[in-house]
Amino acid sequence: MLKFLLKRLALLIPTFIGVTLVAFFFIRILPGDPVQVLAGERGVSPERHAEVMRQLGFDLPLWQQYFNYLTDIFRGDFGTSFASKRPVLYEFFSRFPATVELSLCAIFLATLLGVPAGILAAVNRGKWIDQATMGTALVGYSMPIFWWGLLLIIFFSGYLHWTPVSGRIALNYFFKPVTGFMLIDSLLSGQKGAFTSALHYLILPTVVLATIPLAVIARQTRSAMLEVLGEDYVRTARAKGLPSRRVVALHALRNALIPVVTTIGLQVGVLMAGAILTETVFSWPGIGKWMIESVNKRDYFVVQSGLLLIALIIMTVNLIVDVLYAIINPRIRHQ
Amino acid sequence: MTDTTTTPVTAPPVQPRLAGLREVWYYFSHSRGAVIGLAVFVALVIVALLAPWIAPHDPIFQYRDKFLTPPVWQAGGDPRFIFGTDAIGRDILSRLMHGARYSLLIGAVVVTISLVGGIILGLLAGFFRGWVDALIMRIMDIILAFPSLLLALVLVTVIGPGLFNAMLAIALVLQPHFARLTRAAVISETNREYVTSARLAGAGNLRLMFRTILPNCLAPLIVQATLSFSSAILDAAALGFLGLGAQPPIPEWGTMLADSREFITRAWWVITIPGIAILITVLSINLIGDGLRDALDPKLKRS
Amino acid sequence: MKLMKTLLTAAALTALLGGSVYAKQLVYCSEGSPEGFDPALWSAGTTFDASSRAVYDRLVDFELGGSAIVPSLAESWDISEDGTQITFHLRKGVKWQTTDYFTPTREFNADDVLWSFNRQADAASPWATYVDGASYQYFDSTGFKAAFKSVEKVDDYTVKFTFNSADSTVFVNFPMDFLSIGSAEYAAQLEAAGNMAQFNTLPVGTGGWQYVDYQTDTVIRYKAHPDHWSGKENIDDLIFAITKEPAAAQEALKAGQCDVIPYPIPADVDALAQDPNLVVTQTPGENVGFIAYNTQQAPFDKKEVRQALNMAVNKQAILEGVYSGKAQLAINPLPASSWASDPAGTIGTYDPEAAKKMLADAGVTDLNLKLWWMPVARPYNPNGKRMGELLQADWSAIGVNVELYSADWPVYLEESSKVDRDGAVMIGWGADNADPDNFLGVLLSCAAVGSNNRAQWCNEEYDAKIAAAKATFDQAERAAIYFEAEKIFHEEAPWLLLAHSNQYLAHSKRVLNFKQDPLGFHRFDGVDVAE
Repeated sequence: MLKFLLKRLALLIPTFIGVTLVAFFFIRILPGDPVQVLAGERGVSPERHAEVMRQLGFDLPLWQQYFNYLTDIFRGDFGTSFASKRPVLYEFFSRFPATVELSLCAIFLATLLGVPAGILAAVNRGKWIDQATMGTALVGYSMPIFWWGLLLIIFFSGYLHWTPVSGRIALNYFFKPVTGFMLIDSLLSGQKGAFTSALHYLILPTVVLATIPLAVIARQTRSAMLEVLGEDYVRTARAKGLPSRRVVALHALRNALIPVVTTIGLQVGVLMAGAILTETVFSWPGIGKWMIESVNKRDYFVVQSGLLLIALIIMTVNLIVDVLYAIINPRIRHQ
Repeated sequence: MTDTTTTPVTAPPVQPRLAGLREVWYYFSHSRGAVIGLAVFVALVIVALLAPWIAPHDPIFQYRDKFLTPPVWQAGGDPRFIFGTDAIGRDILSRLMHGARYSLLIGAVVVTISLVGGIILGLLAGFFRGWVDALIMRIMDIILAFPSLLLALVLVTVIGPGLFNAMLAIALVLQPHFARLTRAAVISETNREYVTSARLAGAGNLRLMFRTILPNCLAPLIVQATLSFSSAILDAAALGFLGLGAQPPIPEWGTMLADSREFITRAWWVITIPGIAILITVLSINLIGDGLRDALDPKLKRS
Repeated sequence: MKLMKTLLTAAALTALLGGSVYAKQLVYCSEGSPEGFDPALWSAGTTFDASSRAVYDRLVDFELGGSAIVPSLAESWDISEDGTQITFHLRKGVKWQTTDYFTPTREFNADDVLWSFNRQADAASPWATYVDGASYQYFDSTGFKAAFKSVEKVDDYTVKFTFNSADSTVFVNFPMDFLSIGSAEYAAQLEAAGNMAQFNTLPVGTGGWQYVDYQTDTVIRYKAHPDHWSGKENIDDLIFAITKEPAAAQEALKAGQCDVIPYPIPADVDALAQDPNLVVTQTPGENVGFIAYNTQQAPFDKKEVRQALNMAVNKQAILEGVYSGKAQLAINPLPASSWASDPAGTIGTYDPEAAKKMLADAGVTDLNLKLWWMPVARPYNPNGKRMGELLQADWSAIGVNVELYSADWPVYLEESSKVDRDGAVMIGWGADNADPDNFLGVLLSCAAVGSNNRAQWCNEEYDAKIAAAKATFDQAERAAIYFEAEKIFHEEAPWLLLAHSNQYLAHSKRVLNFKQDPLGFHRFDGVDVAE
């Protein structure tokens, strides 16, 4: 097990270096720069421009810039945002909770609905309930989620006035962020109605972000269940005359859930991509929206370090999933 | 690396492969969803091919007195414009029909680029192993370490917005899936008997890779290609939505949607209708993909 | 936590005493996050609203709801005979704001003025680059730096500015945000503590409100400065709730969560105006959207070609399709409300047939035109792409082959300025101040070729007029010279003039005395709310 872990970790090193290289070179070949964006229609004099680029360290030889970048990272310095003049790490962590909160709610919703839907479809294989569930799942899987978000806004916010268009909490609630998670902070604030309001604002973005993972989880659960239901020990249990519901509950489910757990873990990358679109549609102040804005503003160090931090998160989650899988897997074989 | 071998290779004989195709079609045609998907897809292809002749209007002609006409069934609709017109009086139906060309083109080009690239890299990695394998797979890991849309977005920003550049960027981010699949298949196939016998018969590396091994790893690749076709359409629409896709006046669906965002409370049709077109197309392709997977994957086959 | 306690106490007090000491609160749903809180560093209107307009004062200011210049921290001023010196007489008894992070020991005086100007003028000042990548953009780019020679303290309440030449466009800089007056005492404290960057995050001014708190991308809170020199403002708690999506701001306004929203979607303005609880106001915007031909490039160097192209454009369709009818078609390169705008200017005629003939007469056939469309929405042009598509259709109709081209915004800005740029570029301008030179000089002078003069148009006759107007101090005389310059502009047609986009603002009926600012600021001085 330890050997596996070490091997997996060793593989991460070249990937990590590659990721830093990609992030580093991307911003150096991005056309246009932050000084011009800031100057807008007014323009900027070449001297002023050169001066600012020098301050940003862009006049050094490339290898030296890269070396400085790596040493800074290892010292925990991820650079300063050009737009806000604050450390990138600070900016990142002031937005990260918003994305995490949204993603967790989405994965929670997707699991809560997806797993039962998959089981239901599997045990009713071929019946209308199977076809309806899987048909719906495939529609969800095929959904352009930015459009889906707009559609839900048109209907639930514009037409029915049930949900807010965007934001994280009604504007009449103010409190200092403690954890950055609006649901928790609203409870801590003790203000009446704040939690309900935060929840209310979370509904539509959560539904939109959960759509694709929900479909994937439902489909994965169904096929994993079908596979397990076909295994010998389940057949044996059935042959022994155990009632079918108990067979499903006791034997099949537990084993079928293992690949499903993996699937859920692997949705993190999907969520990150989805978060970019969902956050754009709902003006959700998370890192997806922040990255897009920063690319547009050519906020060099934000893009450079943002890409790196996001990649690190995905790599870490994938590693955890792999390790968990390796821990669980032998046990299955022994059974 | 010229391959001058002329020895006939005793690969799996041709006859069973044809029979395999027939078998695949048999299973495929028994899945109702897959057949519906295929029918819709064929219809889309026909519409796309015939768009210039069957579209009721020129997709870029602006009816200057008909800005934002609602669909025909709604009050204020005009029978000339079945799905209404957009913000500068262009017929939405005609734009959708022409847009189908771009969406299908995007899917086809992206899948071709990423499939070819992925197969070559996967074959190289799986066949040679060692440092070639390590190098290629680490590069794939790097690509997969970023959220695909974010990477595509930055790539397009670097090489400039536009339909072709968007296709290139999407192909690049989808390509590792093909490379990984091919590599895995190649590794499992390389030690099979027919490969060894081909090698003994003196087949060169290129021939071994492309003529002997590749045809036997095709099943998962075909399924993956179908899925990538639909993700390519979705990703291109998403890039268009973020303003980095097709350039005007090209009626690409995602761009049509993005251009209409400001009318979200005023003219629902300019947003709703292009989205439905995207959904239907992607859905039909995914139905085909599911059907193909069930038909090609022996595990799930009905016995 | 401390804030919470204050809030709770305030709530408890309100409950106890009823409406009499009710803290008046106004929520402004601002359209974006401020770049920082030191206005001299930044250029976005959003930043100015949140910093200079709320927290700071200037020596002189724009009148409320207008662009005339009125006294503020300076009670009066004299301009020397030769126009090169301006002396300001400062107001006495002006109190600095007392906050958690700064307690002033003295009132406002000449030292603060000197510090506020010298930190921007003097490259050797430790404040010249007090945050990474900082640049005093406006000080540089408005030409103030070039004109500025020195500022001297005559006594504690008198300062004298000296300029390099007599220039009638200098004085209009004084009410601008980059010349806001900061506290020299606060700056010295930060400098001593080695914490200069704080100047950009925790502002201290003399203005109507003082900074309380900012949560990134979410909310900025201010409270009324109790000792403001003109009296405490009516609004006790001023709140900027950052709401980047205009549709969301509109919903929040209707739901009563916002009191004022800055940029309602033009397409929704009519619907909002019908809401019985809301007021929608509008002003003609101090901006202009236009297409600049490259007048140094054949065949666009021929004025007949440019005139013909202008004639082929259906501006009404652009007004409807791009601006949703919420703009004024431009008759001059500067807003029609300006005293320097010649009422004889016209939007031009729309006559595709005549245009076709004119091109043929000029011997131009198979004309190819590369049209640059803006990839971003700007106040003067809400949808560059759609405008491009409309223009393409119009020009195609007279046989011109139009290629639509765009690039990422920063690249677009840089590339479109170049003298050898291929094609016509869609661009525009928002006024910094109400001076006509801000349009006619900045955008069309020979000196601006290769930068802001994207038509690359250098007409000696025009340039001489603009220079003469700049050296003239009498407004009527200046106006007459500008009228002549505008005639040359119309004849030479370096631009396709499009529109001045209206600015809208919506607020709830409980907001009283709110005046929409023609320069695009969002100011809350003098505003009150009904209980």
